[in-house]
Amino acid sequence: MNFQIAVLLGQDGVTNGAIYALLALSILLVFTVTRILLIPLGEFVTYGALTMAAIQSGEPTALVWLLLALMLIDCALDLRLLVQNGFSAHRARWIGLKLGYAVLMCVLIQTLPLADIPMFAQVLLTLGLLVPLGPIIYRLFFQPIASASSLVLMIVSIAVHVAMVGIGLLLFGPEGARTQPFSDTGFSLGPVMLKSQTLWVILVSVALIVMLFIAFERTLYGKALRATAVNRMGARLMGISPVFAGKATFAMATFIGAMSGILIAPITTLYFDSGFIISLKGFVGAIIGGLVSYPLAAAGAVVVGLIEAFSMFWASSYKEIIVFTLIIPFLLWRSLTSHHVEEDEEE
Amino acid sequence: MNATTTNTANSNARNSSGELLLDVKQLHVSYGMVEAVTGIDLQVREGQIVTVIGPNGAGKTTLLSAIIGMLKSKGDVHFDGNFYKVPDVEQMVGKGLGLVPEKRELFTSMSVADNLQLGAFQRYRRGDRGYETTLSEVYSLFPRLWERRKQLAGTLSGGERQMLAIGRALMGKPRLLMLDEPSLGLAPLITREIFRIFADLRRQGVSILLVEQNARAALKVADYAYVLEGGQVAMQGEAADLANDPRVIEAYLGLASKHQELLSS
Repeated sequence: MNFQIAVLLGQDGVTNGAIYALLALSILLVFTVTRILLIPLGEFVTYGALTMAAIQSGEPTALVWLLLALMLIDCALDLRLLVQNGFSAHRARWIGLKLGYAVLMCVLIQTLPLADIPMFAQVLLTLGLLVPLGPIIYRLFFQPIASASSLVLMIVSIAVHVAMVGIGLLLFGPEGARTQPFSDTGFSLGPVMLKSQTLWVILVSVALIVMLFIAFERTLYGKALRATAVNRMGARLMGISPVFAGKATFAMATFIGAMSGILIAPITTLYFDSGFIISLKGFVGAIIGGLVSYPLAAAGAVVVGLIEAFSMFWASSYKEIIVFTLIIPFLLWRSLTSHHVEEDEEE
Repeated sequence: MNATTTNTANSNARNSSGELLLDVKQLHVSYGMVEAVTGIDLQVREGQIVTVIGPNGAGKTTLLSAIIGMLKSKGDVHFDGNFYKVPDVEQMVGKGLGLVPEKRELFTSMSVADNLQLGAFQRYRRGDRGYETTLSEVYSLFPRLWERRKQLAGTLSGGERQMLAIGRALMGKPRLLMLDEPSLGLAPLITREIFRIFADLRRQGVSILLVEQNARAALKVADYAYVLEGGQVAMQGEAADLANDPRVIEAYLGLASKHQELLSS
């Protein structure tokens, strides 16, 4: 190994690490607010990448039908509630808006010359298709069992993950896909060439992390989500609805997942089933943060990315093993040093 | 001290004709097979302080939780002229009902200022930006909270936590504030301060439903009182009358409870 290789590996490691950090933060966010371990997060990554690839090749992606179908079920449930609880103009308008949005997306996907529109619009379209899926998935699968035990929530989470992998195969086919990089230029740093996409990944990741930080520290809605994580009962008494908190965190996680997919699609070939391993590495980062600390989780995720890159060089066939073995010393350290969280929650 | 008692008596006469704010009819709450509250009727008029006293396990906390919708219940809850078959917490808070629970339920890892700001979440959501005024009112009511506004809520003392819990509930500008055992675990001096604040709040037009173990203090500040036993209303009446009722004196105000009060302080 010489300096040049080390820089290349470091570059790869930090790029992947940045993505894992985003995923670790999403996992942590969803877990602390809703107690759900968001295993389908990886599917949002692959859906993001594959949708972007489909749009770039000019295909009207079938994902839009999934959005329409789920939105119809969602609105049907809303209608039933409307009948049960009495008519309210506000709720009725909201149903109309949601249906209108799904139909608009269908029309856009079918009529726009997808391959020729600017890349920025392609990204927006991809996010516009994917992000609404998050809150709908929360509403359909998790909201009815929101007060169930963490184990039940995790089992449902696994079920949603398995279903989404299958649907991914149906929607996007078994072929892997790569997308065009955001820009073609590269930068040379001494003897090493930096890929511009690497910079994009790092820049956007850092920007998203800063945005998350500002949202949670400065805005009342962000504080409301934190409050729900700290004390569910107290939050309800302030009129912060757990349904709102669940949908909001799922929307954020979907956005971050899809954005991560869009970011790495030009660097890595992603398949319909690549998501699990990716989100699992984010999960390792979150574990290093003990499922409580955001900065530690982000730092842990970057370490995961670096270790992955270097182990790929030294022991390529063992790279996954090395990364996932990393979790054992941290779990050991955590279980020896951490106090009981259950008792902590009481006060 | 005398002045306060006459004040109470005056407002007492004034308030018996106030608008009905909370009207609970035949409320039943069960935990599985066990009925904790069996058919309670309870009313709070506008500008009144109503207290609910009774022994442990009488169903006092259950009653408050059911009224605000934290627990499923059977029966009617009318609040501010609206009828709620199934009260829903977010909705009730939005309509001006506040609850300070026994365990306070503060956001311990967030600052005092953040806790207070979150108290106004529903108002903020509805586009009511008047909470800055309420915030300064709360700070002037509890100067201690202003001093500690940047501290984490988890670092506060017991009395300060109770002040924060009450202040946080007031940020939502409730029309009816329900308090569950506000004196629990507090030193007598702080208890007295907090009870004095209830009288202040009433003057500002906030009605109060107060659940208390400390029956003596509660009956002194309240206009009307209910005695709960075994999930039912055992006695009710003007607070001043109940305070002189021999049965109440024996069970809740007698030497034994005086002794207890001393022990707990």
